[in-house]
Amino acid sequence: MELTLNHYLVLSAFLFTVGVVGIFVNRKNIIVILMAIELILLSVNINLVAFSVFSGTITGQIFAMLVLTVAAAEAAVGLAILVVFFRLRGDISVDAIDMMKG
Amino acid sequence: MEVIAFWILAVIVGAAAVFVIAARNPVHSVLWLILSFFTSAALLVLIGAEFLAMLLVVVYVGAVAVLFLFVVMMLDVDFVELKQGTLQYWPFAVLIGLAFFAEIVMVRTAGVVTRLEPSPGADSNAEAIGQVMYTDYLLLFQVAGIILLVAMIGAIVLTLRHRPYAKRQNIAKQTARRRADATELVDVTPGKGI
Repeated sequence: MELTLNHYLVLSAFLFTVGVVGIFVNRKNIIVILMAIELILLSVNINLVAFSVFSGTITGQIFAMLVLTVAAAEAAVGLAILVVFFRLRGDISVDAIDMMKG
Repeated sequence: MEVIAFWILAVIVGAAAVFVIAARNPVHSVLWLILSFFTSAALLVLIGAEFLAMLLVVVYVGAVAVLFLFVVMMLDVDFVELKQGTLQYWPFAVLIGLAFFAEIVMVRTAGVVTRLEPSPGADSNAEAIGQVMYTDYLLLFQVAGIILLVAMIGAIVLTLRHRPYAKRQNIAKQTARRRADATELVDVTPGKGI
């Protein structure tokens, strides 16, 4: 038995699922929600790289690099917003985020 | 041999990912996240995507995870209180997760993706990426740089604050200061003082 694309797709699907479950389970803690989003992006990256390698084209890896860039930017801005919000309210519970009455 | 290595690493990644979302302490969550990033990098090395693997370690472990760690430790939040009452979400979340997983597997087995075979590429992975990155995907590369710049400026602007009690150096005021502003010559008469 040799290593195939299927192996990586199953792993990626599992990681994605864990990320989605993480968002539901940690409904109050924004930091863990952000980490779950990072997990989802990681699974997307694994998927892209696996397809790229097993189809013999390099494009998927360029895509993965761009996803990596966006993930880093998202983490930086998200955490900055979180820090500002904590200064303002002294709390990071999702239930406390209702200042805009949305 | 490769398959055995894959399954060992895959089990580690999966377990670490589960611990990320299940850990009580967010610091532990970040540490599990770092483990899953490292192991994913190893998985990418296994199929010959070395450059992306190193990038994963540098960007995710070196920057993103450390950022998370900083924020978790900086915020003075009672995380135990945040964790309370989350047990009731588990059944619902697992149900949704199973539905998601089933959907993905169904898409996979529906035959949308035909069987693909690895083909020999350039000499090294980094070389192959470099050859297209600065030619075919130059615009995307530049846009990625701009996204990072905007994110950096945004994060700085968001978190910057001026506290009134903090003492700061005012260079313009310092250089504008003349001798007449700071000193005064007084002719003191003996025995009288000023």
